[in-house]
Amino acid sequence: MATPAHAEPADHPAESSAAYGEMSFGKWILSWIMTSDHKRIGILYGLSALCFFVMGGIEALIIRTQLAQPGQHIVDAATYNALFTMHGTTMIFLGVMPFSAAFFNYMVPLQIGARDVIFPRLNAFSYWLFLCGGIVLNLPFLITPFVDMRVIPDGGWFGYATLTEKAYTPGASIDFWICGLQILGIASMAAGFNFIVTIFNLRAPGMTMLRMPVFTWMTLVVQFLVVLAFPCITIALVLLLFDRLFGTHFYMPEGGGDPLLWQHLFWLFGHPEVYILILPAMGIVSEVLPTFSRKPLFGAPFVIFSGITIGLLGFGVWSHHMFTTGLGAAADASFSVSTMLIAIPTGVKIFNWLATIWGGQLRLTTAMLFSLGFVCMFTMGGLSGIMHASPPVDLQQQDSYFVVAHFHYVLFGGAVFGLLSGIYYWFPKMSGKFLSESWGRWIFGVLFVGFNTTFFPMHIVGAAGMPRRIYTYDAGLGWEIPNMIETVGAFIIAFGVLLFIIDLVRSIRRKELVASANPWDASSLEWLCDSPPKVHNFDITPMVYSERPVWDKNHGPGPGYSLPDSHEHIHIPPPSIWPLLLALSVAWFLASWLMAGQWFEFGVCSAITAAICGFTSCFRWFLEPGH
Amino acid sequence: MRIPRSPLASRAASAGRSIAAVLPWLGLALLTGCNESTMSTFEGHSDLTKSILDIYGTITWIDTALFILVQGVLIVAVIKFRATGKETELPEQVHGNLPMEIGWTIAPVLILMMIAIPTVSLIFDSQAQAKDGALIVNATGKQWWFQFGFPQYNFETANELHIPLGRQVDIRLQSDNVIHAFWAPQIAAKRDMIPGRVNHITFTADKIGEYLGQCAEYCQDSHALMKFRIEVESSEDFEKWAKAQATPQADTVDDSEGYKAFQGATCVACHAIDGTNAQGHIGPSLTHVGSRKRFAASVLEMNEANLKLWLKDPSAVKPGCKMPNLKLTDEQINTIVPFLQSLK
Amino acid sequence: MSSAATADASHGAGHAPAAEYTVTGVPAYKLAMWTFLGSDCFFFGSLIGTYMSSRGKSLNGPYPLDVFAPAVTSCSTFDLLLSSLFMVLAVHYAKIGDIRKFTLWTLATMAGGLIFLGFQAYEFTSFVEEGLTLKSNLFGCTFFVLTGFHGAHVALGVFLLGSLLWAVRTGKLADNGITTEVIGLYWHFVDIVWILIFTLVYLLEFTS
Ligand code: HEA
Ligand code: HEA
Ligand code: HEC
Ligand code: CUA
Ligand SMILES: [Cu+2]
Repeated sequence: MATPAHAEPADHPAESSAAYGEMSFGKWILSWIMTSDHKRIGILYGLSALCFFVMGGIEALIIRTQLAQPGQHIVDAATYNALFTMHGTTMIFLGVMPFSAAFFNYMVPLQIGARDVIFPRLNAFSYWLFLCGGIVLNLPFLITPFVDMRVIPDGGWFGYATLTEKAYTPGASIDFWICGLQILGIASMAAGFNFIVTIFNLRAPGMTMLRMPVFTWMTLVVQFLVVLAFPCITIALVLLLFDRLFGTHFYMPEGGGDPLLWQHLFWLFGHPEVYILILPAMGIVSEVLPTFSRKPLFGAPFVIFSGITIGLLGFGVWSHHMFTTGLGAAADASFSVSTMLIAIPTGVKIFNWLATIWGGQLRLTTAMLFSLGFVCMFTMGGLSGIMHASPPVDLQQQDSYFVVAHFHYVLFGGAVFGLLSGIYYWFPKMSGKFLSESWGRWIFGVLFVGFNTTFFPMHIVGAAGMPRRIYTYDAGLGWEIPNMIETVGAFIIAFGVLLFIIDLVRSIRRKELVASANPWDASSLEWLCDSPPKVHNFDITPMVYSERPVWDKNHGPGPGYSLPDSHEHIHIPPPSIWPLLLALSVAWFLASWLMAGQWFEFGVCSAITAAICGFTSCFRWFLEPGH
Repeated sequence: MRIPRSPLASRAASAGRSIAAVLPWLGLALLTGCNESTMSTFEGHSDLTKSILDIYGTITWIDTALFILVQGVLIVAVIKFRATGKETELPEQVHGNLPMEIGWTIAPVLILMMIAIPTVSLIFDSQAQAKDGALIVNATGKQWWFQFGFPQYNFETANELHIPLGRQVDIRLQSDNVIHAFWAPQIAAKRDMIPGRVNHITFTADKIGEYLGQCAEYCQDSHALMKFRIEVESSEDFEKWAKAQATPQADTVDDSEGYKAFQGATCVACHAIDGTNAQGHIGPSLTHVGSRKRFAASVLEMNEANLKLWLKDPSAVKPGCKMPNLKLTDEQINTIVPFLQSLK
Repeated sequence: MSSAATADASHGAGHAPAAEYTVTGVPAYKLAMWTFLGSDCFFFGSLIGTYMSSRGKSLNGPYPLDVFAPAVTSCSTFDLLLSSLFMVLAVHYAKIGDIRKFTLWTLATMAGGLIFLGFQAYEFTSFVEEGLTLKSNLFGCTFFVLTGFHGAHVALGVFLLGSLLWAVRTGKLADNGITTEVIGLYWHFVDIVWILIFTLVYLLEFTS
């Protein structure tokens, strides 16, 4: 594609990548803070997620060090409990979810041929609110030396009542957890509305729903899951907060309440949540495998449809996390069967991916290796999920290391591998540079070996009866050797992650842009833009004729896409400070409840002030010209 | 008594039984060593755990086969279709194939039926009501120990559960604080102890021995140290044990030196010793504490040294322990410990 | 094709691109509102589910029949239904650009909402006087949280309508028709939720 020399919007130096060099540092920072460019927001999401991922990883390393041998006391019980709670919460809400969001933000508008998302400032708001949530959740680590109560969340990542009630966890730890999750929930839902409307309304002409790239499709499904599932946990958390603050008894049997209500509400959110984590990765794999096999995705409509089915079924299986709670035989049986049904659409995906690479010309780049690794490791995790889906078997596996093995196979071997594949695949597009392929292979190798060394033995200790969430264990039960192996594996993973980060930094710092617009010979519209794309993405909005526009243009048979000879008026939303300020107000408003737990009047005053700031930001946002 | 199984399940059974010895679990057997008491889920010693193992085996076989299938195709594809860099033409651009899609939608349905049918039948079988004459045990989860009440024999004990061989047991699981889970992998599998509810596990043990159990639901600080043991013994031994447990301590205890020290140290506020005026119910009943092999939720072996250690500072043994450090003098400890040991 | 693109951002207010491009034919704000309402269904679904699953499990009184005054609540229900009708009229006049009548009916809708909130305040205080509080029993906590969140939705609706009116009267909002319609969707939704609450929470107590 012929690329026009420089069509940067002249009156927006703050948003223009060409002008970075001439800007003062302060202005440069300000330009990021005020940005409403989906690409920059994507990058912000990615970098934040990486930082949080490393934090969660370091927590995991401490966990593993503690468990390396029986009877160790590297951390005490209370700290250990805080560590696994924060590890789980961090990895899920601050690691994998925002990392997926990085790709939604960066890639979805490009893939559908749009200039931005539909509500760019709302998008910036989502990011800042997410960051506030992450900070609130991790704040306790900073303040814990200065207070004499427990403040680091320690109720487990699913925070079962009644343990999380004031009677059993009196400190502020659970309040921080509630507040952080509530903020993150609002951030995710706001992003959800934005992306649903973007995908429905901003597609380039000719891009019908079935011509959309599979990654965009999976994003759409995920956003529906987000906006429908998060309200359930919002309510669950509100009720818990009321129990803690106002002495209601939603979950307290002493007042007629029911601790299982929490479990129902939580898992009604929690199970769709695991598909929120995996579907983006499946979308990425569905882009990477065809590209590096030089074939179209086999049965693309089936892959898409099975994604939708997984999303729908995901709402009907939550009680498989509650097989040991005694819901009764009929409930156990029906949730068991509905859970098993999910293997069918998932299998359809796996088999279509296999059929995609079958008969292709496979280029084993790092991105491809991670996608192949995904297929391999996710299958393993999915199959152990099928074991849990049988309630009698689950009676032996629930809350044991077998479950820990299951979910790390799907979360790390699945979601994280998929995301890494996405990074290697899209890095040239986002930066104009490549990550090192020779390092990449090593990184893949180290992570693959480290991953299996860490998590495979967990099946064995799990089956040998090791419960999860125990800070210590006795010798003599056959748990010592596998635990030691796992710990070694965790450090191998850490080494792999370290190599990756070094290579990432190295590659970003390289000066020259070497990536062409379409270095992998891929098929979707993002490969039509420059690498990195211009601020306004496309000079001319393309007209799309097939599901593989760029590929068809290059290899036939159809025209793929065309660039109509029009002089469109390109509108780029200018920078704005209000998303950040509104996000701060919302976070402050919710955090006021934390203070209300300790000093009621002060908390209420603080909440009112925050609300005033919030409304002011809303009005200024609304009145801001140019959007 | 064995739980009746559906024909399909019993067909799977023979396959299931043998698998436990072979497959990936081979390593496990080597690591754990076989005949000691373990938490291994691969040795079933009751009707319940045996029938679980049957399904476990079936699914493991199916999963292993599917995994090999998927991995096999993947590896063959990677080897066979690797780009050489010398290709001049694109590979054939296949977009899909309807019969294949139908095939790999239906095949999993059939496979899943092989899992779902025995699963559903075992769910209903294993949750059937206990028969008349079953031994009833009221098990209550505490932070962080297990209380076992025997309403038919009228006594209460802690952390050590004796049950008779061959008689059905109906364990009624409860809690009055946070959620715990009762997990004895080899004979009782697992169920949660949830405040405000009563859950049941019914099973019949079929091998004499000592079995380990542990709380499996995170319940805060000492969750890792919340364990128990089950002793399966012959009916006669069990009756003997139950009778002894149900007998109050002789009146003579009341005015012994040890009891006075015990009372003086305010232990009576939390602990009960039947037959005396110690009637506290916060901590475990100490009526026959000297007869238990282990104490403090199975964390410590019952002996003089450990009891001293415990009384010195319980939270040093169990973090967050609800039994306070009573700052006892050595003298007090030295009087109380032999007294506790004498409570056989 | 080269340098065909020019970009600028010096637009006046009210020229939101979000309202311009659309593939589906549904304006962006409307689609966003629909997705929000879908999400809100799960929000209220969880609350109503909580109420229903806790129904009749209070360990002590006051019980629903001790405090409910069906006549009062029927009035407030009728008032809220009526406000939905006003909302329809407001949307109609916004679409045909009759600002005067639009103002009138928007004010009427807001009044309907405020009266409903007044009823609710009255109801809550009278319940509290009869001993039903957030803490008194399970019925108290589930009832107040459910109806309280509904009240908050009504209050937000009134606030949105007020802002709308202000923006229209001061000329800050150009595409009034579509914005009013979108807020109208919200208003009707909140109304429907009330019907559900009225049926399940109140009327159900009086059957059999
Ligand atoms: C990315 C996240 C993710 C994904 C995708 C899944 C996928 C699945 N999960 Fe998992 N799960 C978690 C994350 C995830 N899970 C987490 C985090 C927990 C623990 C929460 C906690 O307690 O902390 C958990 C726990 C969990 C439990 C509760 C265990 C317990 O606590 O007792 C169960 C029970 O049924 C379960 C089942 C399943 C099933 C059936 C699938 C299915 O979707 C898998 C389907 C895939 C396949 C089956 C493989 C490919 C298919 C084929 C090759 C076709 C042929 C196959 C057959 C015919 C069988 N999961
Ligand atoms: C996406 C989710 C995700 C991911 C990626 C991981 C990754 C890892 N997890 Fe985690 N895990 C969970 C989600 C996840 N986990 C959840 C939900 C739970 C349940 C929590 C609960 O019970 O409540 C859990 C629980 C859990 C447990 C059980 C704890 C218990 O029950 O007692 C363990 C134990 O080994 C564990 C280990 C690990 C390890 C070793 C990794 C590794 O893969 C981590 C690898 C990453 C790194 C090692 C970071 C690298 C950092 C560096 C290299 C630092 C260098 C950098 C600088 C110096 C700048 N996890
Ligand atoms: C405030 C209540 C309280 C007081 C006072 C108290 N205990 Fe305890 N005790 C407990 C609790 C709770 C446990 C269970 C601890 C655990 O295992 O987590 C316990 C456990 C024990 C056990 C172990 C029982 C078993 O079988 O596991 C012994 C022995 C014991 N206490 C002896 C004493 C003695 C002797 C005193 C007095 C010097 C005393 N206790 C005072 C609450 C108390
Ligand atoms: Cu009790 Cu864990
Ligand atoms: Cu699940």
